[in-house]
Amino acid sequence: MSEQPISRQTLPEQTLPARAMSGRALRQLPLRILPAPLLLARRGSLGGRGSAHLIERHARAYRHTWLVLASGFVEPLFYLLSIGVGLGELVGRVKFGGQPVGFTSFVAPALLATSAMNGAIFDSTFNIFFRLKYAKLYDAVLATPMKAGDVALGEISWALIRGGLYACAFMVVMLAMGLVHSAWAVLAIPVALLIGFAFAGAGMAATTFIRSWQDFEYVTLTTLPMFLFSTTFYPLSVYPRPIQLVVDCTPLYQGIALLRGLSLGVVGPGLLWHVLYLAVMGTAGLAVASRRIRKLLLR
Amino acid sequence: MGCPLGVPKYPAGPVIHFELSQALGKVSDVPDPDALIRASGLTKRFGQFTAVDGIDFELRRGEAFGFLGPNGAGKSSTMRMIGCVSPPTGGELTILGLNPVTQGAAIRARLGVVPQEDTLDVELTVRENLLVYGRYFGLSRQVIAERTARLLEFVQLSERANDHVEPLSGGMKRRLTIARSLINEPEILILDEPTTGLDPQARHVVWDRLFRLKQQGVTLILTTHYMDEAEQLCDRLVVMDGGKIAAEGSPRELIDTYSSREVLELRFSTFEHDQAAEKLTAVPADRIEVLADRVLLYVDDGDAAMAGVRGLALEPLTSLVRRSTLEDVFLRLTGRRLEDG
Repeated sequence: MSEQPISRQTLPEQTLPARAMSGRALRQLPLRILPAPLLLARRGSLGGRGSAHLIERHARAYRHTWLVLASGFVEPLFYLLSIGVGLGELVGRVKFGGQPVGFTSFVAPALLATSAMNGAIFDSTFNIFFRLKYAKLYDAVLATPMKAGDVALGEISWALIRGGLYACAFMVVMLAMGLVHSAWAVLAIPVALLIGFAFAGAGMAATTFIRSWQDFEYVTLTTLPMFLFSTTFYPLSVYPRPIQLVVDCTPLYQGIALLRGLSLGVVGPGLLWHVLYLAVMGTAGLAVASRRIRKLLLR
Repeated sequence: MGCPLGVPKYPAGPVIHFELSQALGKVSDVPDPDALIRASGLTKRFGQFTAVDGIDFELRRGEAFGFLGPNGAGKSSTMRMIGCVSPPTGGELTILGLNPVTQGAAIRARLGVVPQEDTLDVELTVRENLLVYGRYFGLSRQVIAERTARLLEFVQLSERANDHVEPLSGGMKRRLTIARSLINEPEILILDEPTTGLDPQARHVVWDRLFRLKQQGVTLILTTHYMDEAEQLCDRLVVMDGGKIAAEGSPRELIDTYSSREVLELRFSTFEHDQAAEKLTAVPADRIEVLADRVLLYVDDGDAAMAGVRGLALEPLTSLVRRSTLEDVFLRLTGRRLEDG
């Protein structure tokens, strides 16, 4: 991102509402890694380039605790080895898209989607709650030219960068184990980022409503059933119709369906619905989060 | 340079003494064109509660301006509004000629803030705290590195540059917060209770550093509930109570206006206390203040008053003649002591 210092002359202009900005200025929004729907949103409320400074802060902080970063990669790998490989021996093949696929190949993209979700949720709930309530990080940040939107965008971007690293590492393992069956899988990384964006946005928005550590039980209560039942380990067809409809609506299911389709080469325009779902979820989360941060801290 | 922090020296603005000029019949409320901060009728409400109740003040370039008042007087709310992290509910506030609601980021770029509670980044080292904070201002790493060396030197933390923040003492953390607040070479330094919670020795070190900044021409605005802090650091201050400004002036002016030259402090045994207080009305004094544990006589000549007390055949357990302080001003203005809150 830009190295330019924020000069005193340019600052007042930056604070203008989006409707006063030219189309060119709008296109320059530093939202390169975020999906298009963000461009529709008002600039001031969703953060700008100040977010890069928060990302830089996190990168620096994690240098002191890099082991914490490493653990995020190991967890889905363990799942893959235990459930995918171990259980796969017993299960054999699963029918997907009309053709039988190996169980490990079936489960691996779902674990990638789950790890994208878990990583984003962990970053955007526990970590942000700690920074918000205990470390007073945002109090310090907001005393500078940074804005609430910068905080929200910076946090979500950081969750994405972290999730992206995990996704890349996991993809390398999948490739090495011969679990990738289609060239479409090159899209798995951006899709993993999209899943991360959706859950980071929603998680961060939810965190601004959390009052105490006890409330995190609700987070687990939401993510664990999703992990277990969103067709992670078996196809949607095992459920009766009404339950299929419910699962069809969960956010993790969108991610799993996307990644599984790409990884196994079962691709159709229907996948775009999942993309839209996740993009809207993340954008809405980001908008709510920056509004709430402003309300909580800029009283 | 002669100015190790690179903060330019500013001439002190024209001084208008509100009370005195009013007494002389002059027009005193002409807005000062050089004012860095101008507030009129500034109000902050949280629901039904009014934290700041229509206050007026001006901050001039190069001065050290204080808000003296007990806890809950509305000082921190005022500081947060000046720091552009709390929108005013009513009245007008102009900071550096800008509007804090619509141009908050531009104003914050030119402010240094030392909050009441330390908000240092405990996941980073001392040096990284300055680096990361400087980056929030969009400063280049090179500029920050160069300033960091000077600032750590200034707050006497150079040897701790690579240490984590957590093991630092309270005084060191405060000094680091002060260094951090100077990383953008602010035009105004805002300090909310800069020495609350520090032991006396650490307080003196902080005062010394703030005094140096003041001498370098940095404009300071600070809140405190310590009258000695206000007397030592402030060129001009307002006494705040219940969200309102009770008086304004230099520490000297306030004492001259609202208190006598000397104070005779008498302490009696508990059962004699009330009786003695009644008898003391016979001693000629500007004012007598009966506290729970002491009686204060506001007089011109404390020794003469003491002689008068002896003449009444009263024998206090202890007696002390001292000069009037801001504490006495506060007591006179609000009927309460500062530490009572």
